Amino acid sequence: MSDRLHLLHILHELQQKHRYIPEESIRDVAARFNLPISQIRAVVEFYAFFSTTPCGYYHILFSNCTSCGYQAGDTNLLHLLTEQLGVRIAQTHADRRVSVQETSCIGMCDHGASLLINGLPLIHLDSERITQMVGLIEAEKPLSEWPSPWFHIHDQIHKRGLLLKEDISAGDGLRAMLLRGRDETLTEISQSKLRGRGGAGFSTGLKWRLCKQAVGKAHYVVCNADEGEPGTFKDRMLLQQHADAMFEGMTICAHVIGAHQGFVYLRGEYRYLLPHLQTVLVRRRGSGLLGTTILGQRGFDFDIDIVVGAGAYICGEESALIESLEGKPGIPRSRPPFPVTHGYLGQPTVVNNVETFIAAAHIACKGATWFTSVGTTASTGSKLLSISGDCTSPGIYEYPFGVTIQQILQDCGASNVQAVQVGGPSGTLINQTALHRRIGFEDVSTGGSFMIFNEKRDMLAIIHRFTAFFAHESCGFCTPCRVGTTLLRKGLHKIIVGQGTRYDMAELQHMCELIRRYSHCGLGHTAANPILDGLQHFSQAFEQRLTQRDFIPHFDLDTALEAARQMTQRNDEGAHLDQGAE
Amino acid sequence: MTNKPKLKLATTSLAGCFGCHMSFLDMDERLVELLEQIEFDRSPFTDIKQLGPCDIGLIEGGVCNAENVHVLRTFREHCRILVAVGACAINGGVPAMRNHYSLQECLEEVYLNSPDTVNPHIPNDPELPLLLDKVYPVHEVVKIDYFLPGCPPTGDAFYSLLKDLIGGREPQVEKGRLRYD
Repeated sequence: MSDRLHLLHILHELQQKHRYIPEESIRDVAARFNLPISQIRAVVEFYAFFSTTPCGYYHILFSNCTSCGYQAGDTNLLHLLTEQLGVRIAQTHADRRVSVQETSCIGMCDHGASLLINGLPLIHLDSERITQMVGLIEAEKPLSEWPSPWFHIHDQIHKRGLLLKEDISAGDGLRAMLLRGRDETLTEISQSKLRGRGGAGFSTGLKWRLCKQAVGKAHYVVCNADEGEPGTFKDRMLLQQHADAMFEGMTICAHVIGAHQGFVYLRGEYRYLLPHLQTVLVRRRGSGLLGTTILGQRGFDFDIDIVVGAGAYICGEESALIESLEGKPGIPRSRPPFPVTHGYLGQPTVVNNVETFIAAAHIACKGATWFTSVGTTASTGSKLLSISGDCTSPGIYEYPFGVTIQQILQDCGASNVQAVQVGGPSGTLINQTALHRRIGFEDVSTGGSFMIFNEKRDMLAIIHRFTAFFAHESCGFCTPCRVGTTLLRKGLHKIIVGQGTRYDMAELQHMCELIRRYSHCGLGHTAANPILDGLQHFSQAFEQRLTQRDFIPHFDLDTALEAARQMTQRNDEGAHLDQGAE
Repeated sequence: MTNKPKLKLATTSLAGCFGCHMSFLDMDERLVELLEQIEFDRSPFTDIKQLGPCDIGLIEGGVCNAENVHVLRTFREHCRILVAVGACAINGGVPAMRNHYSLQECLEEVYLNSPDTVNPHIPNDPELPLLLDKVYPVHEVVKIDYFLPGCPPTGDAFYSLLKDLIGGREPQVEKGRLRYD
């Protein structure tokens, strides 16, 4: 299979083998791919799951998400873990046994505090389990001998709608398409008014049509399974339980646009799903649903490769994803031109979300009218929500578009709600006065993330976590985002610790506008949303922390002299600074 | 001419190269016109060492040591309007390239490990201001009212800034007048 030769996969194997990617290997790979060494090095440096210094035999990536992260109530499980292991964050233990790092949301928000250990998700963590883990690591037990329930992901589906109520059998969508005709199927998709489920909501029918019409040497179908928006885990469930429908949707798309090659770009955090997905692909090839002459139709040739990412949120942006598919750092392209005309290898490409392809497969089977029977005029059909945070029943919920936030909160058992973050950190922060708002492209849009925060939560801490997320995930290509997201994180921190002045708050707002206006891609355009929404809906939380002073320095001046004091052995009056009197 | 009192202007260079001050002089004959409306207080141009109450303070350079902090604070106390001038004051600039290394690495490289060092030791005379761990932009230490970008800002940019401040207007430097080299 060609996907075994993908640069990201080769680098992954090297990382597994050596626990890092040695310089010699970078040279070998460069020679093998006939690429400059600098390009391979750039790829290694770009992705969080590759390292140039050795990781431990047990390599732990602890999620720092507000829903599946290490902060469990008052307990910081990450600190507990590093303390008990005697390691420091991001520093491999001297005996190379273990290393611990933070990572962005790993999509286990319905399973409590979670981490990845050597790529496997370990869930439902609490202090007791941390202690048990440390014991197993110290005894050097291989992961295969760890208690299996620790790794058991159980998808909680609490509400089923259009897509989840009744699955389609493998091949049904394809047969329906061949029966109806290729163009007629595209018409059906267009009439269903299906819009992209990743969050942006572009018309799927129009995207397919534009791609079909675009001239190129080859056309490509790409499924975006890089579900990285914190709080989203519905694709994890779909990939596990509805992979056939996803591949079916991709194959239908391929026939419509005239593609022979497709890719699923799977986020690195979901690598554990790879064997399952490959089994489904093999089965589909065996049943004539993939490969050459699909379902006996001459000229209907299509196959799918799976490419696994390596820990970069930005690769969920379609042009960054394509760059990554091409074996490059995931830096978003300038758009236009859009992928429908200039996508993978510069050729016409459809990129759709997992849920979108599944919906398309259903529509091919059951028709546009079936689909539009649910939802609103502007947002037809249903939406899968990944609900997490402060509620009694976190999990997957499928609702018709147009459902109110209030209704959702009732259904999942949320009480004393202070805020809901819909669509993840890049989405919308809702306070108590806006619970009547509705899920839909015309009101509150979401790729699926729905995080609930009750009255006990410190909203500024949550906004800070989201802001830190963007600072961490910024690809570094453009200055407004690279520098700006870090300035936002620092500026907000200054306010949180009670050092923020009214002037700092005005500067923070100014910086938000600047980042939003001048950034290169969607990450930067939305990175300031948590702070802007916070300032609007939770202004009180900010106000309370402000100091009445006119100015406070941005760092501790006396501490900044400490290094020099030590080196010079000085402690005279001139060797100290105060923070400035006022 | 009215007998409007002249505005007092003070300037200083912290961790900078005096390039901004040289560029200030590039206003050439327009300085004569400006001196009808402003007069210098503490500045390297005048060699006045004591700072009195001023209307405008121009700060070149970032903050690299304890003395810079004291000078900057004195300017803030005495100047009604304080302007960060040039790349180093605004971002740390070239001196901030040392921020990629620890202070210890920097000092050891210069005073201990350099091949031509005589009597290698890290200077510790109390007369010398202690270095900060990093070079900081001025707005992280005191409140700054305006920023004049450029490395250095052109004479035209200085002129435009000062004319606006003299006229009591919010300074606006046209995009074309902003130069970064």
